[in-house]
Parts: sequence; C-alpha cells; structure tokens
Amino acid sequence: MGKFFAVILTLIALASAYPILTHMYVQPVDISTHGHAIDEQLSDTMAEAGFAFLGAQLLLAFFVWKYSSRKNGVKVKHLPGGAKLMVATAFIFVGTEVLALGVLGQKAWAEVYFTAPKPDALQVQAQAGQFAFYFRYPGADEKFAPLHPDKIDEGNGNYFGLDPANDVEARDDIVTAELAIPVNREIHLLMHAKDVGHSFYVRELRIQQDFVPGLDLSVHFTATKTGKYEIVCTQLCGLGHYNMKAYLNVLSQEDFDKWLKEKASEQ
Amino acid sequence: MEEAVVPAAHVHAPPEGFIRKHVFSLDHKVIGKQYYGLGLVAVFIGMGLSWLMRFHLVWPTTKVPGLELLSSTGAPGGVITPEYYLSLLTMHGTLMVFFVLTNAPFAGFGNYFLPIQIGAEDMAFPRFNMMSFWITFCAFIVLILAFFIPDGPPISGWTAYAPLSAVGKDAGPGLAWGQSLWAMSIAIFCVGQLFGSLNFIATTLDLRAKGMTFMRMPICTWAWFITSAIGLLAFAVLLPACLLLLLDRMAGTSFFIPAGLVISDRLQNHAGGSPLLWQHLFWFFGHPEVYIAILPAIGIVSHVLITNMRKPMLSAKVLIYSMMSIGFLSWMVWGHHMFVSGMNPTSSLLFSFPTLTITIPATIITLIWLGSLYGANMQINAASLFALGFVSMFVSGGVSGFFLAQPSIDIYLHATYFVVGHFHMVMGVAAIFGIFSGTYFWFPKMSGRMMNETLGKLHFWITFIGTYCIFMPFHYLGLVGNVRRYSSFVDDFMAPLMPVHKFISIAAFVTGAAQFIFLYNLIHSRFRGKQASENPWNATSLEWSIPSPPPWDNFGGKHPVIYHDPYQYGVKGSKGDFVMQDSPEQV
Repeated sequence: MGKFFAVILTLIALASAYPILTHMYVQPVDISTHGHAIDEQLSDTMAEAGFAFLGAQLLLAFFVWKYSSRKNGVKVKHLPGGAKLMVATAFIFVGTEVLALGVLGQKAWAEVYFTAPKPDALQVQAQAGQFAFYFRYPGADEKFAPLHPDKIDEGNGNYFGLDPANDVEARDDIVTAELAIPVNREIHLLMHAKDVGHSFYVRELRIQQDFVPGLDLSVHFTATKTGKYEIVCTQLCGLGHYNMKAYLNVLSQEDFDKWLKEKASEQ
Repeated sequence: MEEAVVPAAHVHAPPEGFIRKHVFSLDHKVIGKQYYGLGLVAVFIGMGLSWLMRFHLVWPTTKVPGLELLSSTGAPGGVITPEYYLSLLTMHGTLMVFFVLTNAPFAGFGNYFLPIQIGAEDMAFPRFNMMSFWITFCAFIVLILAFFIPDGPPISGWTAYAPLSAVGKDAGPGLAWGQSLWAMSIAIFCVGQLFGSLNFIATTLDLRAKGMTFMRMPICTWAWFITSAIGLLAFAVLLPACLLLLLDRMAGTSFFIPAGLVISDRLQNHAGGSPLLWQHLFWFFGHPEVYIAILPAIGIVSHVLITNMRKPMLSAKVLIYSMMSIGFLSWMVWGHHMFVSGMNPTSSLLFSFPTLTITIPATIITLIWLGSLYGANMQINAASLFALGFVSMFVSGGVSGFFLAQPSIDIYLHATYFVVGHFHMVMGVAAIFGIFSGTYFWFPKMSGRMMNETLGKLHFWITFIGTYCIFMPFHYLGLVGNVRRYSSFVDDFMAPLMPVHKFISIAAFVTGAAQFIFLYNLIHSRFRGKQASENPWNATSLEWSIPSPPPWDNFGGKHPVIYHDPYQYGVKGSKGDFVMQDSPEQV
C-alpha cells in the first residue's frame, strides 16, 4: 500500500505540473508598460515554487516507497546530519529564495505604486456603485466638478451627483459607461466608491485596485495596445457582483479625440 | 515552571444521570466529543453548501429538487438565484472556518487528549469548559437561524467586509437580520473560544503530572498549547470587531461607515467611519486563524507519523520551535490580505517580508517530516495515509503562498481562483486531513472500538485524489484570471473556462460522496467495530496507558509519573520496539 501511495503521489505531482510546464493556462497578453515586471516575477516564482513542489512531493513519494511496510523487527535508521541539516537547508535555500523574491518583487510593485503619474497624464475619474462603473472626463476646463452625493439621481443619468446648476465646472464634465483611453498615454485613474467596496480589475492591464468608500485612491497606467478589454469588479459588492463589469476601450489618440467629442455632445 | 508540583486533583465528582453524563457534562472527554460532533454536523452542512455552489456554477438554470423548501426566494422552483449563491458562499465559509476548522482539530481533539497527554484528570476549569462548548453551540444555532428567516442568510462572504456588512438592508438581501445574526453568532463564538483557550493554557501550565516537563509533552499537546495562545489573542480582537459591527448596524454608530454613501438611492445617515478599519481588525484575527486551524493538524499528524514510522522525529524540539515561530510571525502578516485594499503601499512591503519568512519555519517542519521518514519502518494504515496526505497537501498549499505573499504578483492574482485554491489546500483540506488522521488514530481510544481499515483506506484514496482534482485546477483558473465569488461566468473571458469548472464540480461531487463512507464507518464502528485494546498502535504517550475508552477520571484515581520523552520508538522495550512515557524501565 505504501508503494501504491508513492506511485499515486508521483502521478499527481507530475499531472499537476504538466499544465504549467506546457503553458496550458497562462495570463492573457499584457497591454501595459509595467505588466512585464509582474509577469517576470510571476514566472520566476513559478520556477522556484515548482521546483520546491516537485522536489518535496517526489521525495515524499520516494521515502514512502522505500521505507513503508518493511519486515517486522527491521531496525530503523536516522538521517545523517539530522535536524541540523534540515534547518540549514531551509535557511539557506528558502532564506535565499525569500530574500531574492522579496527584493526583486519590489521592483514591480514600485513601478505601480511608488512612481507619481506624469503631470501630463490624462485624468479620468472612475466611480463604482452597485453594480456598474461610470467614468468621468473633466471636459474643456480640465477640472472635475465637486460631487454632491445628495444629488445622485440615476433615473435622470446623474450617476456622480453633479450640480451643473450651481457648479460651472460640472457643465462640461463628460460621464460615460465605458472607459475609453488613448493608447500609449499615461492615465491617472481617480477612484471613487459610491456605496460599498468594489474593485477595478483589468487582467490585460495587470491592474487590480479596490475602491474604498471614503478613501480617495488612484492608480496610473499606460496601455500599449489598442482593443477592447473587460473591467470586472473583484470585491464582493452584493447580489449583482457577478454582473458588474464595464469595458476598457484603448483607442488611437485620433479615435479617442473623436470619441470624447461625440460623448461631450451627448451630455 | 519546569513541571507542576501538585498532581492533578479530583476536579469534580463522577457524573450521574444522562444529562450530566452526556449533555451538560463537565468531563473534558465528553466535551471534546461534543465539539467534534458539532464540527461533524457543520462540515456536512458546509460540504452540502459547496455542492450546491458547484452545481449552480456549471448548471445555473437546472433545478435542485427540494431546495425551494429551504428557501423559496433563494431557490424559487429549486433553481439557485445569484444572490442565494452568495448566501451559500458566506455560510459555507463561516461554517467551515469557525465551526469545523477551529472546532474539530483544536477544541475537539484538544479537549479530549490534552489533559490525558499531560497526565491530568480534567481541564483546569471544567465548568468553564462545559460553558465554552454550549456557548459555541449557541453560536452555531444563531448562525443556522439565518437560513430560516425570510430575508435569508447574509451575502457578504465570510470576511463580511464593511460597509456592505454594516449598512443594513439597503445593501441587498440577507444584509438585514441575516447579517446581524452572522455578527452575533461570531461574537458568541469568540466568547466560547476565549474561555476554551484560557482553559487550555491554564491546564497545560498547571496540571502536568509529575515528571511531565514541557519538553516531555507530545508534539500535539504543544500544538494545542501554542494554538490556545494564538486563539486567546485572535478572538479577543474579533469579538470587539463584531460588537462594533453590530453597533454600526443597530445603534447608528459609524465605526466602519464613512460619510456620503448612497445605497439603493438613499443617502446613508453615517459619517466618520473607515471600511479599512474592519479589514485590519478582521485580518488581524483572520491570518492567525489560519494557524489556529493548521497548527493542531501539524501536531496531530506529527504524533500519528511518529507512531507509524516507529522512530522519533529528527528533532521534536526543532518542530516545536518552528510551530512557535509560525505562531509568532502570524501576528505580523495580516496586511498581505490587503495589498490592493488601498492601504499605504509601503506597508504592503512591510507585510510581505514576514509573510515570505513564514516559509522558513514551514519548510523546516516539512523537511523534518521528510527527513524523519528516512530509514523509518512506516506502517501504512488509514491514519498514517491521511497523515502522509496531509504532508503532501501542506506542501502544495504552501508553495502557492509564495506567489500571494508578493504584493506585485498579488495585483494580478488577488481575488482570483488562485487564492481560493491556495487557502482551500493549505488551510481547508490539509487541516481536514489532520482531523481524519486523528480520527482514525484516536477512535479506538475514544470509543473502545476499531474503525474499519478497508473503508478507511477507500475513503483516503477517493479523498486524496479527489481533492487534488478539485483544488489544483483552481490555481490554473486563477492564473488565467478567473475571478472568485462570481455566481456565474457570464463574462466573455471566463466562459471558455467552463469545461474546467465542470471537471471540478464532478470531482467535488465524487469526493463529497466519499465522505459518507467515512460517516458510515464512524457510526458503524462505534457500535459494531472490533473491540480495541488499550494500546492498539503500540504507541508511547499517556493516552495509550489507560483503558479504551478511558474512565471518567482518566487514570482511575492514580497519578501517573512520567519518566521519558514522549516518543521512545526504535528501542528495545519490554513490550516491543517502544517504551511508554510512564514506564520506569530504562531506555
């Protein structure tokens, strides 16, 4: 029975590694300037974790194969080197790995969070509410009007709570249900939660950031490929959570200008 | 405080009558079985809920016959609605984490065996002990009530993130009384666990028999001791967090609710609170909770492995120190659940290092197990198979933690199925393998009868292969970006992943069905199993020196004296290749 365990465990370990080794399941194509650093970190970690996984599982299988159900009265042996060898191995190999991953990983994190957006980045405000995203562009005056939660009136399309009657800046703000952005231009996304917690996740952009009610958060990124990509909510936000999505539409600068003009005329 | 000077005294009189013997019992063994039984009920309910979820994910419009009887609004005509899916998910997580993974390996086995393994007649505070179980039982009833109220159970997940959980019925179904019951249940649960943890600590410190020094305590006793210290601190934080949540919900306070929220077209009358405060308080408890589930399992599995290897661990001391290090580090890592939550990005780096560092003691423990297997005379039985399976799961679930400990990778993998795969393997399945291993190992002591080994092995094979078939693909789905907590995959990019989801669901049904083999074996063996001897596994620790099942005062009025370390295997003893802890013979 011990040998059977060893065989089954070996098969499980190899079968688990197979889809990874053959790249059956990989991240979708990266369309951001920072994503490569995350992807590299992921694949380095995969190599190290994969080695540890296969090494440990196969060693477990081998020892169970060799040392199970032996004849009665067989004298047990102890591993030369004992616990000291194990402790040293853990500290040297895993410690090195921890330090390496810990230090290298900071690069990718820093690219997203420790750099300020460029002054000429295009500012867009995203609002998450049960169960839709809305986006706001500042319009010709390049200023966002203040929000008045008491003015929110979804029936009349006032999703953000703008007050154009009293705020001059609100009169040219452009509100859309789709996030259109120009390719190769940095976007500074200002995040606002209307009701409960939500999240902004675009797999291709390698961006995931929660919307937290009461907190002004922002992310910045540059998309490098035109196309349409899904934005999904990844923070459980209530009964329609599974259906809360929008689209990121990466356009050429020319198409974007056209799109924005069109949207401005629809307001 | 090397050893207790006063031997355990008679702490209570022998119980008389059915109620005092089996219901409101002061006997730690009965209380241990009650905790285990409650865990068993909870695990089957929790598993049933997971079946419904897996069914809904792949056949969202198909009827589940009879389900409309449980919830006519959640499953009209037997078809699960998306919001009911969220209720199922919330209740599944809550039941499993609190009432199974905390109850069975820690409170269940710990209550039964900790006093015996240190040579005590009972816990230090038997009345508190009884109270802690019945408080936990009340918490369970309060939680289950949520199924039967018109509004249904909450839909905010077992993490109950505010303000979704704090603002009440405006935020959605189940968030009125359902969510309040949830918060009450968890608060009550915390009280029970605090009493229990205090009792474990006092018992270990004060009631050890003569000769039972700290380093002569079995590894599982150590695990329960360390866990009780973690539990005392962790539940002491979750309890006030739940009370504050209740105040926000019922008394109009705003601990977790900021100003200006418009929910269901209504401007909420709250201001000044912080949703991140809930996340900090919750995860300050939540991460140590992972170790509350897994450390007892590590202890149980080490105990079972040593007995079946017929040799001691390379170093029990190193193993114990590693468990302590894990317990210590568990307090510094809660922020890794919050990398993308909007907390200060610098603190993410500070939380990442200790999280990665936990890998070191975890690796030491794994290597000690592996290194100890070298040259062993491994006995294969249901208990040892589950222990070996645990080692395998612990490794599989552990390596995926490497990814999630790094904030940069977490940007991509956070809230995907990768996370679900990771914690189910390392916290859920591994801990449950520990419970199974402990059950097959200790059942003879607890009931006086042996479990059926053939059924036990069959149960192991289906469960072992099945859990890999369920949870390994979760990681692949996560790598592709399949997000969690979605009741259906309507999105373009997730639709092509449906075949993988179907495979997982079928594996879940088969693996779940195999648990009925275990249940049958447990019940059948309790009444019809072969009579168990005092020491069927030729083990060395104190629980095997007394009759099976043990008398009410454990040692029949005697005060055991301890002469040896707990694991004298591979030696020449008068009874075979082992010497019992309380045997005066020289080794």
